[in-house]
Amino acid sequence: MIESHLSLLIVVIPLIAAPVVAVLPNGRAPWLFSTLVTWSVFYLAILQLANVSTGGVVSYELGGWAPPWGIEYRIDSVNALVALIVSGIAAISLPYALTSVAKEIPEKQTSLFYAAFLLCLTGLLGITQTGDIFNLFVFLEISSLSSYALISLGRQRQALTASYQYLIMGTIGATFFLIGVGLLYAMTGTLNMQDLSQRLPEIFEHRTIHTAFAFIMVGFALKLAMFPLHLWLPNAYTYAPSIVTIFLAATATKVAVYVMIRVIFGVFSLHLIESTPTDELFLLLGMAGVIAASISAIYQTNAKRLFAYSSVAQIGYMVLGIGFGSVLGLTASFVHIFNHAIMKAALFMALGAILYRTGSNQVKDMRGLAHKMPWTFAAFVIGGLSLIGVPGTAGFISKWYLVLAALEQQSWIVVAVILTGSLLAVAYVWKLVEIMYFNSGPNASSKTSSEDIKEAPLSLLLPLWLLVIANIYFGFDTSLTVGIAEPAATMLLGDKP
Amino acid sequence: MQFIIDHYNYWLVIILMMAGFYTVISRSNLIKKIAGLSIFQVSVFMLYISIGHVKDGAAPIIESDVTVYSNPLPHVLILTAIVVGVATTALGLALVVRIKEAYGTIEEDDIHKQDQSL
Repeated sequence: MIESHLSLLIVVIPLIAAPVVAVLPNGRAPWLFSTLVTWSVFYLAILQLANVSTGGVVSYELGGWAPPWGIEYRIDSVNALVALIVSGIAAISLPYALTSVAKEIPEKQTSLFYAAFLLCLTGLLGITQTGDIFNLFVFLEISSLSSYALISLGRQRQALTASYQYLIMGTIGATFFLIGVGLLYAMTGTLNMQDLSQRLPEIFEHRTIHTAFAFIMVGFALKLAMFPLHLWLPNAYTYAPSIVTIFLAATATKVAVYVMIRVIFGVFSLHLIESTPTDELFLLLGMAGVIAASISAIYQTNAKRLFAYSSVAQIGYMVLGIGFGSVLGLTASFVHIFNHAIMKAALFMALGAILYRTGSNQVKDMRGLAHKMPWTFAAFVIGGLSLIGVPGTAGFISKWYLVLAALEQQSWIVVAVILTGSLLAVAYVWKLVEIMYFNSGPNASSKTSSEDIKEAPLSLLLPLWLLVIANIYFGFDTSLTVGIAEPAATMLLGDKP
Repeated sequence: MQFIIDHYNYWLVIILMMAGFYTVISRSNLIKKIAGLSIFQVSVFMLYISIGHVKDGAAPIIESDVTVYSNPLPHVLILTAIVVGVATTALGLALVVRIKEAYGTIEEDDIHKQDQSL
């Protein structure tokens, strides 16, 4: 029973749970229920990945309507991996949420907060599961609308403007995507991605197809914050509540990257990318994003904003992988989607723990914190090393594959950009490490006196360290990440003309 | 000339789309931006509905003497998209209300100035 409806249950369970959570009384009950829901979804996502990891494809017909007329959920190793990341991050961040949410979100909003969180999870999982491109738009809007609401819950009033800005940009992006889908439908008469990929090659030269492609690409470049369309991201991540930043930074942009890859290689094909200047454009924008965003990160005075810019830079790496259009490049992108999710979640969790104790994420308020919060600091350093890409951490694996992909095509300039990006990452991570460890002057500017600051509570530290250990573990054992990403990349590139 | 007249709905789509998009970009009043965004979305709805029209097709209701029907699927899709659009507009306006409470203004420039002076 569960086996045959697995792919649907992953989406439907959080969807049904969301209104239930909304009517639960405020306090601990919504949290407990959401935690149960996310862990069961995580378990189902593991089952699903196990089903398809051997190369199989699971097709689920919604309501028994056969594709391409009905909506099809089509699971292969690509989206099973992304679904695992999304549900895994949700499952790990919810134990963290109890303490963090109690501190940052008014108690009368807790049940609504968890309802919005579950809706966001529904949307993101739905995007990964579905094989229907219009269904994808609907799930995209479910996740976007709930994430606007989540971001606006931040304590400072800038959270409202950040959310508004994201709403405008996100809606323009989604509407562009809708225009593209409409044009594709007008040309082919189908919305099923598998069906589209078979019908499109005959009419590739048609101008409408090129227009549709451009609309979809620009729309999703906005959603995934590809440089230079990233302007909504730093504000949204900075002012959102810690738990929202952790969840969105680790999942929302990653899912958008997945859609980008799926649409480019699974619906259109490599042929279209190479016959238009798209691949060169992706490489160029990826490189510009890595360098420009990393430099901006160095100059930030708010630690959350610093890592938000760093996220834009990391997305640049994934875009580079897409731009190569090779098996190695796509493998690097997939592995980086996974690794960046766990490293950014760990880093934002560490910042959330600091915010919990000091009430601030300003760099200047972090002086000498390493001595008061040694465990948080140690986790932060390991997360930072993974972000830089030091051997022995997960970050190294994705950088390694990206450099291999660049070497394979002998684009030395990309290799130089990747290495420069890592050096810039050293600069901005070091900036924080220095102020936390070596700068132990009295913390005069902070509101709480420095004596009050002690190690973060265990409920924050445990999820944080779980992710840190994952960062180290996936730096050595790549059978889950590379082992799935490589066949997935081959599959996406392989069976296309 | 006949081409332009025959496809007048597509021209309307383009005009509405550009008007809406330009409003979003150029206005600093937050409510006007949302209004522009709505117009922009509505133009896409019209695009879909125009696509669904089949030449000489009747409304898609089964009748004995009709052989050519218009395609109802885009209409159904757009029903979904309209719901999404309404939700977006509602959420956007709710945010504007909150912004007005927090800043006392809904002009983007004034909000920006207040944030800078902090």
